[in-house]
Amino acid sequence: MKPEGSARFIIAVNGVPVEACAGMSVAAALLDAGLPSRMSVDGEPRAPLCGMGICFECAATIDGISLVRTCQVFCRPGMRVETA
Amino acid sequence: MSDPLHVVVVGAGPGGMAAAAAAAEHGCRVQLADESPAPGGQLWRGYDRASARHSPHGAAYAKWIARLDASGAEILPGTSVVDHPGSGLLRVERGGQPRDLEFDRLIVATGARERFLPFPGWTLPGVTGVGGLQALVKAGLPIAGKRIAVAGSGPLLLAVAAGLTRAGAAVLGIFEQAPPSQLVQFGATLMAHPAKLVEGAQYRWITRHASYKTGWWVKGAIGNARLESIAVTDGASTREMACDYLACSYHLAPNLELAQLLGCRIENGLVYVNAVQETSVPGVFCAGEPTGIGGLDKALVEGQMAGLAAAGHIGKAAQFLPTRQRLAGFAQRLDRAFAPRAELRALAEPGTIVCRCEDVTRAELEHCTSGRAARLHTRCGMGPCQGRICGPATEFLFGWSAAGVRPPIYPVRVATLAGSPIDWTTESTLATHMKK
Repeated sequence: MKPEGSARFIIAVNGVPVEACAGMSVAAALLDAGLPSRMSVDGEPRAPLCGMGICFECAATIDGISLVRTCQVFCRPGMRVETA
Repeated sequence: MSDPLHVVVVGAGPGGMAAAAAAAEHGCRVQLADESPAPGGQLWRGYDRASARHSPHGAAYAKWIARLDASGAEILPGTSVVDHPGSGLLRVERGGQPRDLEFDRLIVATGARERFLPFPGWTLPGVTGVGGLQALVKAGLPIAGKRIAVAGSGPLLLAVAAGLTRAGAAVLGIFEQAPPSQLVQFGATLMAHPAKLVEGAQYRWITRHASYKTGWWVKGAIGNARLESIAVTDGASTREMACDYLACSYHLAPNLELAQLLGCRIENGLVYVNAVQETSVPGVFCAGEPTGIGGLDKALVEGQMAGLAAAGHIGKAAQFLPTRQRLAGFAQRLDRAFAPRAELRALAEPGTIVCRCEDVTRAELEHCTSGRAARLHTRCGMGPCQGRICGPATEFLFGWSAAGVRPPIYPVRVATLAGSPIDWTTESTLATHMKK
């Protein structure tokens, strides 16, 4: 549930603007936008599985910090997310 | 007067909250550490003090958060336990910074995670856990109008399907793998727990437009780079349905890593505890799912027992014994009712990935004789999740017992292990280090 009336803003995913809002995790924003959160060892696209910080399928680089579990981090205006 | 006993509780779900409150109310200095930004665990995820009364289970949360606040226990949110560097010491990471917590008594209340079993297509984006999809929705994933299948096993299926329906999703079907005969037996035992029957009936009413099929399971997920449809079967016939999300998991697996790191004895895949929740390691207690998957009531009772016993009030703790025994019986019946059927072992094909972190397929694992051999030869379980997802799967598929743990029990920044301040400019993590 997107919180009613919460402000919408833009985060950058690999340099591309993606719409998000307060109270939305980075993992939820990526999944909703149809973007993989990482590419697997063999190059398959992956997206969140467990949603609670265990599986690391949603791990990405946020504002320069690598291997962040994006399901545990809320979107902030101007955030830069890099998926690999 | 001597210094108060210092009690550290790890895990701020219902069990940890009850343990922390009980110990603090009995004169201990208590710190309650949890990875999440707020107490509540998985069951009470996203609840807050102001709005909880309007949520399912909200009254119980409101009662316990008020009791925890009044107890004087210190809450340490956003705190991950990394290591046990010495007696009476836990190394944690908080806000990227290492820190050591000292304790006289430790209470392990680390809860459970969903059990995942591999099937063709389970790595496609759009395939999530059952609790996993619920957590993502609570974290802002828009779900209104999406076509969702809920599958796997356990009481969570109906509860989550109800939540998704209320959030506006089109739940296409609920597929419970357990055969009807197994569930009927379980249903009969629920007569002793009327509240659970009422709750189940409410969930079924909310999801009344979705079919609820027992003895059906997902045999494959299909899609090109994203989930497009699934195939479900009852072993005789197969049906395909187009969907946007598949929420699928097979009941729960206890989080044993911290207990294992501390050297606690594990029996039949659960943490051994005595009559007052003390583990085989003196001064270390355990409460909730790690001693048996039993849900809220069991966690609250065992949490109180552990908190009281850690504070030295053994007699008061022992008063809960008859209740604990009844709830342990409920946990065993849950395990039996939702035990995965043998057919699920055959779902993963030779090319199906079992270890998602390292892309290890079933075919690669068939040659291995143990979990340890698999780690050495294929890297199965060596990725960032450290076997938390594939461990229960390989246990079910091949009968491999859970591997022992080595610190760090989570990928951490190297500086946390060294105990020195973080240098963010290096961006180094242990996980990337290990890959080299």
